[in-house]
Amino acid sequence: MIEIDKVHKSFGDLEVVKGVSLTVNKGEVVSIIGGSGSGKSTLLMCINGLEPIQRGSIRVDGTEVHAKGTDLNRLRQKIGIVFQQWNAFPHLTVLENVMLAPRKVLGLSQQEAEAMAVKQLTHVGLADKLKVFPGKLSGGQQQRMAIARALAMSPDYMLFDEATSALDPQLVGEVLDTMRLLAEDGMTMILVTHEIRFARDVSDRVAFFRDGLVHEIGTPDQVIGNPQQTETADFLKSVL
Amino acid sequence: MFTTSLTISDLLFMLQGAWVTLQLTAAAMLLGTLSGVLCGLLRAGLPRASLPLAWLLDLFRSVPLLIQFVLFNSLKSIAGLDISAFAVGCLVLGIYAAAFCSEIVRSGIQAVPANLRRAARSLGMSYWQDLRHVVLPLATRVSFPGWLNLVLSVMKDTALVMWIGIFELLRTSQSVVTRIQEPLLVLCIAGLIYYLMSLLVAQLGNRLEKRWQEND
Repeated sequence: MIEIDKVHKSFGDLEVVKGVSLTVNKGEVVSIIGGSGSGKSTLLMCINGLEPIQRGSIRVDGTEVHAKGTDLNRLRQKIGIVFQQWNAFPHLTVLENVMLAPRKVLGLSQQEAEAMAVKQLTHVGLADKLKVFPGKLSGGQQQRMAIARALAMSPDYMLFDEATSALDPQLVGEVLDTMRLLAEDGMTMILVTHEIRFARDVSDRVAFFRDGLVHEIGTPDQVIGNPQQTETADFLKSVL
Repeated sequence: MFTTSLTISDLLFMLQGAWVTLQLTAAAMLLGTLSGVLCGLLRAGLPRASLPLAWLLDLFRSVPLLIQFVLFNSLKSIAGLDISAFAVGCLVLGIYAAAFCSEIVRSGIQAVPANLRRAARSLGMSYWQDLRHVVLPLATRVSFPGWLNLVLSVMKDTALVMWIGIFELLRTSQSVVTRIQEPLLVLCIAGLIYYLMSLLVAQLGNRLEKRWQEND
């Protein structure tokens, strides 16, 4: 379970997250929608401790993420994250990209790590690209590789930070399909996304962020189908 | 029509000098690269704490090498240290190379996109694992052409060690000139030898670079 409690996050003088509270239960898929600058992506970075917070608390399975003694490297093993820019390691092949962390962080043997990597890469449809370097892949393929790379750590949670925003329109579908499979497998997921239709399809709950706060939250049918707040309705009108 | 007093043994003497030049270059680059990487890592990782180190390295980068050779050699005599001129040559050239190398390494590390490091850390990799498996391999590719330039420039700077009495390529050439009085011919041959040595280093480097580029 991820428990976000009144979290405040600033960059210098600029406060971008202004007291967000949100609980994500095991097996739940929660989508976060909202305009740019509303603090959605920043919140994701705070969940696995890539960004420090100023006030409030975030607990993952009871572990206080931002407490002094927390072993973040250990915590991050169970929180996979996929970025807008897929961030493939360009000096490693697709297979090596996915194997690296299981080898070095989990301490798996070469064979175990390779088996795990092949399994995940097959899952995302890249079984024929194992020996290829990421530079030779399309954006969609690189993003699917990034998903496999995160899944190879056998995480309990997956965070998606606008995973399709940097892709050419015709490549968005393949990445969304991969994410949909994951959701159907029962993975606990938080999606920051601009794909409203997709969010409506796969999410258990949808949160509309506005000005660093959760402005409206509920089931997809409530928030997207029948928004109660005028700001939510305006936002949806502007993107749909 | 064209006659010369240059003998085979003169040529061999010059080649011996060239061998000393290569040894000096290799030793200086070994010392310079090892300490340069260490200093570069410090400069990139702890920019503020390592500021005094930057000032020191700036000193070695800015003072002409000839002055450094002569000063260090005199210092050696004053302090009564019993080390050979060759060792002094290696040491001074090595520190000089380290000063340049640390900047090459620092800029290489800084050229690795922060997003990639973030991705590595997000997978649970520690600072050192990220450095070892992601940052350093990528920084090496960025830094390599600059490092190769440094090797070539150090190879030519070795000529300055003749001022502290080492018989490397230029010094041996000069003594041949003194004997046979054919400076143009001898210097052309010496230049050709320098060129061939540089060409060898550059070719090896290019091959390595090409192999890396194939993956991008």
